[in-house]
Amino acid sequence: MKLKNKDLLGLENLDKKEIQLILDTAGPFKELFTRSVKKVPALRGQTVVLLFYEPSTRTRNSFELAAKRLSADSLNVPISTSSVVKGESLIDTVKTIEAMKADFVIIRHSMAGAAEIVSRTIKSSVINAGDGAHEHPTQGLLDLFTIREKKGKIKGLKVTIIGDILHSRVARSNIWGLKKMGAEVRVCAPATLIPPEIESMGVEVFYNLEKALNDVDVIYTLRIQLERQKEHLLPSLREYAEFYAITNERLKYAKDDCLVMHPGPMNRGVEIFGEVADGPQSVILEQVTNGIAIRMAVLYLLAGRKQINSKD
Amino acid sequence: MEKILIKNGRVVNPDNKIDEVLDILIEGSKIKYLKKPLSITADKIINAQGKIVVPGLIDMHVHLREPGREDEETIASGTKAAAMGGITSVCCMANTNPCIDNVSGVKFVLLKAEKEGLINVFPIGSITKNLLGKELSSMGEMSKAGIVAVSDDGNLIMNAKIMRRALEYAKTFNLPTIVHCEDLNLSHNGVMNEGKVSAILGLAGIPREAENIMVARDIALANLTGAKLHIAHVSTKESVTLIKEAKRKGIKVTCETCPHYFTLTEKNVGKYNTNMKMKPPLRTQTDINAIKEGLAEGTIDCIVSDHAPHLDIEKNTEFNLAAFGIIGLETLLPLIMVELVEKKVLSLSEAIKKVTLNPATILGLKEGRLKKGEYANLTIIDPQMELKIGNDFFHSKCKNSPFIGRKLKGFAVTTIVEGRIVMENRTFVSN
Amino acid sequence: MVFREKKIIMNKSEIDRTIKRMAHEIIEKNYGVEDLVIIGIQNRGVPLANRLAFKIKEIESVDIPVGVLDITLYRDDLNSAADQPIVRETKIPFNIDRKKIVLVDDVLFTGRTIRAALDELIDFGRPKLIRLAVLIDRGNREFPIQPDFVGKIFPASIKELICVELKEVDDNERVILKEILENAHEIKK
Ligand SMILES: [Zn+2]
Repeated sequence: MKLKNKDLLGLENLDKKEIQLILDTAGPFKELFTRSVKKVPALRGQTVVLLFYEPSTRTRNSFELAAKRLSADSLNVPISTSSVVKGESLIDTVKTIEAMKADFVIIRHSMAGAAEIVSRTIKSSVINAGDGAHEHPTQGLLDLFTIREKKGKIKGLKVTIIGDILHSRVARSNIWGLKKMGAEVRVCAPATLIPPEIESMGVEVFYNLEKALNDVDVIYTLRIQLERQKEHLLPSLREYAEFYAITNERLKYAKDDCLVMHPGPMNRGVEIFGEVADGPQSVILEQVTNGIAIRMAVLYLLAGRKQINSKD
Repeated sequence: MEKILIKNGRVVNPDNKIDEVLDILIEGSKIKYLKKPLSITADKIINAQGKIVVPGLIDMHVHLREPGREDEETIASGTKAAAMGGITSVCCMANTNPCIDNVSGVKFVLLKAEKEGLINVFPIGSITKNLLGKELSSMGEMSKAGIVAVSDDGNLIMNAKIMRRALEYAKTFNLPTIVHCEDLNLSHNGVMNEGKVSAILGLAGIPREAENIMVARDIALANLTGAKLHIAHVSTKESVTLIKEAKRKGIKVTCETCPHYFTLTEKNVGKYNTNMKMKPPLRTQTDINAIKEGLAEGTIDCIVSDHAPHLDIEKNTEFNLAAFGIIGLETLLPLIMVELVEKKVLSLSEAIKKVTLNPATILGLKEGRLKKGEYANLTIIDPQMELKIGNDFFHSKCKNSPFIGRKLKGFAVTTIVEGRIVMENRTFVSN
Repeated sequence: MVFREKKIIMNKSEIDRTIKRMAHEIIEKNYGVEDLVIIGIQNRGVPLANRLAFKIKEIESVDIPVGVLDITLYRDDLNSAADQPIVRETKIPFNIDRKKIVLVDDVLFTGRTIRAALDELIDFGRPKLIRLAVLIDRGNREFPIQPDFVGKIFPASIKELICVELKEVDDNERVILKEILENAHEIKK
């Protein structure tokens, strides 16, 4: 069993078995974190380039730590110090990186499809660390891993994703992943934040939070950004919170053992209240830990795949 | 005077509904005879047996990019590509740099076309100065200088009062006004059709209503002003319905569509294929069906390429950053043959009419007909010729075609402009 | 690859007797069971480690801590593995500092697995010593590694394969010699 593609661009492209392989592989990596030496030599000599066109300390740190714990060399190419500022095109930039003999290019970009273009342009393995409103596959995988770890399964669970579905790559990756693993997925937000025809992805749309949370196993809240106010999508964050924030009171709509998840960073008091984020049902910090394990698993599996193929 | 005899071709001339095997004799620049087999000698005899002889095609919506973006296309390269596509007349849009909003611009295009163009070029003037949608451009003077229509295509006039005045003023000079219909507030930062595919790809969508609303507005304004309105590149089912209804009411509205709107859907955007990015965006199968129906019942008058060349660096980039538009001069005819004639949406004669007689009538041109004593602009089509569309297929300076990789059938094999053979057996003839 | 079963090297009772003997040897060589821990290498070193611990308990009435070690991430052949090795669980729920470790695997061949295991163990701490116990030593070493406790020495050629089958993992309980056939059609002969 191995991954089919050289790249990880989205969960849309993975089948159930591949997702399972990644989740199964992440388990032993998580165990590694309990050791005093949290580093293994598996990717010794390989180079991982982190190309971040958007500032994201969390995701970048997580990938960087994953690479380092596999003994790979990692190189940061943040936008502010790279030639991107001088107007170099994405394609020219990644060709330069390929010329440095990078084995992996991990890309974060504000535009949907950016990772796809990079993967078409270069031979290195490309991992999408978030492209516009398209996908953020490692986030989706770490969320699946967290749910499976806590619930023992994914199939048959009811999951509600609340927030800016329209602009959320996290929502799209989670929808693909959860649907492939057999969960029932609901999305909930004011209609302005739900893309038309999102139902075609197999989700049920709710505008009313109480109904959306009825009997669910997992509540997944998304970060709401202040800009949405200026784009005529929301009157105010205060009003959003009034109808959609997850509070202890609202947790009661869901199952008693419902998990609460958030991809971070959180706006406490807007999409989630502190009492919930820090409460017993929250697995938000574990998501962070699991993120490293998932990213190690992805790097390891892609590395193995690549080398197997270069042999034949 | 040199004589060219085209023998045994199936002559399709929508003007007088001829569809039969005839011989055509060209003497000098004009058609001398158009008869049953002629036993005449000529300097050159073209055997057109098994081929179709039609009036030279007219593509009334082309961006030739000169002046300003000669790296993308020039009048020379664009007319060359057109000639290879069987087109003998193009109307070039005014959104060049500088744009064609005054007499000197018109004269520049005509002079360039005269010197370097391979086929007839009819310029279109802008509606407003600098395409800004504010002050009217000198339509009267430009009309005198030779424009055949006015259009701010590429841009558009959001202000209904200015649009109304533009229509009225264009009417004064009997100029059709060609409109690109898009409510810019509604389409905002959209890059593809809003729907299933945009939801999955996470791309900002352009709702079909952005087109529909402006089609409705402009029809209302055409009704108000009595001016001749021509709606460019119709892409939605609702637009077809609105135009059909307007025509029924006797409003002076005509319209066009492009091959991609009856061939491709939003699904073809696939994984961010920027050669599938254009305005209006590719819609859905329902729209394809409605457009085909609109073509069949005559609601849609013309088929145009909306040839919009863009360099590889403008297309091979993030989908959001990629330029809108595709090339189309060289695939216009084969797509009509494959998607409309072969699939029996239109008869051959009806199909040819949409790229000859109809645009000629709308623009008031003498072209688009085969007539004794008139200029010999004609195209010979090999309906059996099959070609795979690859990068090397194109003669345009740009290769941004969504049809690369397809196999098409029914290509122009000879193009004759005013009695000059400019292309024969898919090779250019230097005169 | 296609194989042909050639010969049974050990049957169930032979395996059982061998493990019992090895347990005695381990106790003897360690002068008792103080500070003794056993770590089995995934996959079949794990049940062998458990069996050794069980036998030692029968003899000495002491619970010996048992750990599980997966060496996949320390392998030196990620580049050439025919199929990507599955990463399995590593579980050493005790501190190995100053412990006497008996590392257990089923077959000792090139020595590369043991090299990886030693590297990995050292990342866990600083044991007093590490000894190696294997059920079969088949020779053909590529690294300077020798076992301290051997169930059976069975020199095999490069074209042969030795498979240890244990009931915890497999349907059978035996050690079998297989021949690697170059071509699939040879199997008909
Ligand atoms: Zn347009």
